[in-house]
Amino acid sequence: MNISRRSLLGTAAAVSALPVARARAQSKPVFKIGVLNDQSGPYRDTGGTTSVICTQQAVDEFRSQMQGYDVQVITADHQNKPDVGAGIARQWFDQDGVDMITDVPNSGVALAVAGVAKEKNKLHVNSGAASSDITGLQCSYNTIHWTYDTWMLAQSTGGATVKAGGDSWFFITADYAFGHKLESDTTELIKAAKGKVLGSASYPFPGTTDFSSFLVQAQGSGAKVLGLANAGGDTINSIKQAKEFGLTMDIAALLMFITDVNALGLDVAGGLHLTESFYWDLNDKTRAFTNRVKPKTPNNWPNMAHAGCYAGSLHFMKAINHIGAAAAKKSGKAIADAMKALPTEDDCFGKGSVREDGRGMFNAYLFQVKTPKQSKGKWDYYNLVQTSTPDKAWRPLNAGGCPFIKA
Amino acid sequence: MLTVLGFNIGPMLAQGVLGLINGAFYAMLSLGLAVIFGLLNIINFAHGALYMIGAFVAWGLLTYLGIGYWPALIIVPIVVGGFGMLLERVFISKLYKLDHLYGLLLTFGLALIMEGLMRNYFGSSGMPFAVPESLRGATRLGFMIMPTYRVWVVVASFVICIATWLTIEKTPIGATLRAATENPALVQAFGVNVPRLVTLTYGAGVALAAFAGVMAAPVYSVNPGMGSNVIIIVFAVVVIGGMGSILGSILTGFTLGLVEGFTKYLYPEGSGVVIFVLMVIVLLLRPAGLFGKAA
Repeated sequence: MNISRRSLLGTAAAVSALPVARARAQSKPVFKIGVLNDQSGPYRDTGGTTSVICTQQAVDEFRSQMQGYDVQVITADHQNKPDVGAGIARQWFDQDGVDMITDVPNSGVALAVAGVAKEKNKLHVNSGAASSDITGLQCSYNTIHWTYDTWMLAQSTGGATVKAGGDSWFFITADYAFGHKLESDTTELIKAAKGKVLGSASYPFPGTTDFSSFLVQAQGSGAKVLGLANAGGDTINSIKQAKEFGLTMDIAALLMFITDVNALGLDVAGGLHLTESFYWDLNDKTRAFTNRVKPKTPNNWPNMAHAGCYAGSLHFMKAINHIGAAAAKKSGKAIADAMKALPTEDDCFGKGSVREDGRGMFNAYLFQVKTPKQSKGKWDYYNLVQTSTPDKAWRPLNAGGCPFIKA
Repeated sequence: MLTVLGFNIGPMLAQGVLGLINGAFYAMLSLGLAVIFGLLNIINFAHGALYMIGAFVAWGLLTYLGIGYWPALIIVPIVVGGFGMLLERVFISKLYKLDHLYGLLLTFGLALIMEGLMRNYFGSSGMPFAVPESLRGATRLGFMIMPTYRVWVVVASFVICIATWLTIEKTPIGATLRAATENPALVQAFGVNVPRLVTLTYGAGVALAAFAGVMAAPVYSVNPGMGSNVIIIVFAVVVIGGMGSILGSILTGFTLGLVEGFTKYLYPEGSGVVIFVLMVIVLLLRPAGLFGKAA
């Protein structure tokens, strides 16, 4: 085997750096952030490695401001299974010294991880999951829900559709916690606006690839709007097939990320309305953020869930600075309390706050997807239609049924 | 609206037609499996992954080389079939003397590797693949809108299925193949190169999967998980039809598509399990499957 001079030098440099790193670790407490998400299944592109990159980005940018501690990022794949997710969370908290778990898409897994974080008095800063129950009926002192939720999606995308005259709906719903919550949050809103739900079809998740049957049922119902209460690959297939079957209804894709738009292509997705709380081309700061992470993830630009991992981790470290590393090590709830007390500010979400029940309070943006003609370049996909300020965007504090909030 | 005895049959008719389209995919895929199992005695779990590879090769041809859908229908089965033959020569041929279970485990492992690699390179959300220009558009049937492309899927699949069945049951090549399965040593003694025949058969089975992959590309998003979504159902089709029975898998494929279609209308939540409920019933009443010969 040939050993080049360069690799020999490189190894020598690495070896000489090791003792230094160890000496540092002994003198300073190390906080660990665990990025727990789907890295091999249907939600890989909406979370996956781009979430890890964005979390690491937050740590690297904040390193110079860390007061007497260091932060490491580790990662695992929960395979969309609540038992697997809870098992990893348990091991991370008990044995690997993890202090905060972030991302956790899939509402089923998120609720399981929230339970473990509460039991161990650690912290769960969720970005990728949707169910509004995370800060509602199943809220916890140890969980913060950063990026979006089903109520906010229903309010923004659903609300705009109803206002535009879409007063009769048919739902195609993923048959699990998330799909049903999204359908019921949207239904509430439609009924409040005196609209009607004419029918719905819940399909088995995961594993359904053909939606034509449900689309034909939707068309037959006579409803004006097709509400898609699903996500990721299912949404992509539903929309693609809706075009194929010449569906004449308006489509409300209630949860859709820019990564899904990229997979669909603008000739199919153009004209759709959707809601995100972050878009890379929103303002100078979001563009600056995207330019910093883009070289590390050139084919999968950040969506709102990725941005939430960045912003949530940044705010987590600010909270540690605020209460001191020693106090932060002892209690996840203490960090969460500090995160709620401090106002938030970052490049992705601008100025905002975290509410008592753990709900992140930011603007929600309604976008319309550009047509191929309107798009000027790579990932130039959205036109901004409407901005909901935090007081309008999120479910009122006392309406969620969170046990520790006085109604 | 179409009504019979005051009952509106329009929606049922529409679901039946849609079920037939899905049935066409089940039939094409289970056909390849049945050919491979019937003649090689290998339970080819990599079939779904090869179907996915077929769709990806079609996408790659279009994206990188500008080769469209029609040439892809010919090129992809040849390329992927060739890849299948390579797999058969290098891996699967080592297992013919062992129990079925080894073949199943090996092909399952191969499927996981193929899927993992594709996911690593292409992500999980899938690639867009447009319906070819000449098959765009739809026809209004009164009770539903029928996209032209889906009609083509049913017709093409039907032709392929019949052609495969005829080749195996009615031609000299098919006869040699069937003889080679019964008694390889004797057929070899007649001067037929049996190992080569077996390799070609595996390649042909894989080519059928790849063909189905190209057919599926414009309908479903081309993504690494598309094979594992459908393979379990296709296995149920093969089991119900009778392992290795060509005609059985064709008829069962189309029939189960219909059954699934009606379930999606009457009780959508149950559409994921109805095929397996049927499988259990068939296994209890006729363990060899509807068209299988008892061992």
